[in-house]
Amino acid sequence: MNFMTEAMSQMAFWIVVGFTFAGAGIAVFPRNILYNVFGLVLALTGIAGLYVFLGSMFIGLMQLLIYVGAVCIAIVFAIMLSRPLHLEVPKRKLPKVVMASAASLIFVVGMVGVVFRTTWKPALDRSTDWSVVTIGEMLLTRYDLVFEVISLVLLVAIIGAIVTAGFSRRLTS
Amino acid sequence: MNTLSTYLIIAAVLFGFGLLGVLQRRNLIGMLISIELMLNGANLNFMAFNRFLTPEPAVGQIFTLFVMGLAAAEAAIGLGIILALFRRFRSINIERAQQMRG
Repeated sequence: MNFMTEAMSQMAFWIVVGFTFAGAGIAVFPRNILYNVFGLVLALTGIAGLYVFLGSMFIGLMQLLIYVGAVCIAIVFAIMLSRPLHLEVPKRKLPKVVMASAASLIFVVGMVGVVFRTTWKPALDRSTDWSVVTIGEMLLTRYDLVFEVISLVLLVAIIGAIVTAGFSRRLTS
Repeated sequence: MNTLSTYLIIAAVLFGFGLLGVLQRRNLIGMLISIELMLNGANLNFMAFNRFLTPEPAVGQIFTLFVMGLAAAEAAIGLGIILALFRRFRSINIERAQQMRG
């Protein structure tokens, strides 16, 4: 019985990983921007599943809420600015594709090499406190300043987005 | 399956996909999507280290929350810039924006 659940959880893990990679591929390769956005949704949902596997339901839910719910919907709004889908798309330049693929391949190979050549040592005494209560307490005590600064950054970003999007309209019309 | 290296490699591959997208796309929205993929790869790294190595599991989750907040701000600003560029050039092709070079 225990073996069965183990095998099933392992299968579920690889299915989630497959969804993530498929979504990432769909988000990058097709020329149709609509497919890209839905691929991004798939990949981000898969990453939320990986967070659940990593033991943090809270972060997984936050991922769904913030990325899938807010960021992707905001990107969907911007799709209508993209070039009309019935027009013929210009061809990709081969040298650029080759060089971009080579650069990212070199990066991935380098990272995999670093991961395998390092011996990771866990900390000596690790607490097992995964509760949301601790996160909230730390946000309001030790990481108080960072919390305040990030709310300031968000406020500035909102005002900046409104000004950039609205001000240029007044200039051109 | 449940080892640190697996998660780190998944994160590296995601980051590689994002890097490829940023380097080869000409559509600004496509580049924004790729940047989101890269940020998620970094987030996955934080969560993996948090799960397997750190003394306090809350710290990595807080980091991830901060990165998510920054990503939301980045998306808002990016979309604002895309809107402004579209009004100016009637297109969001990145090569059209090279006209702004001084």
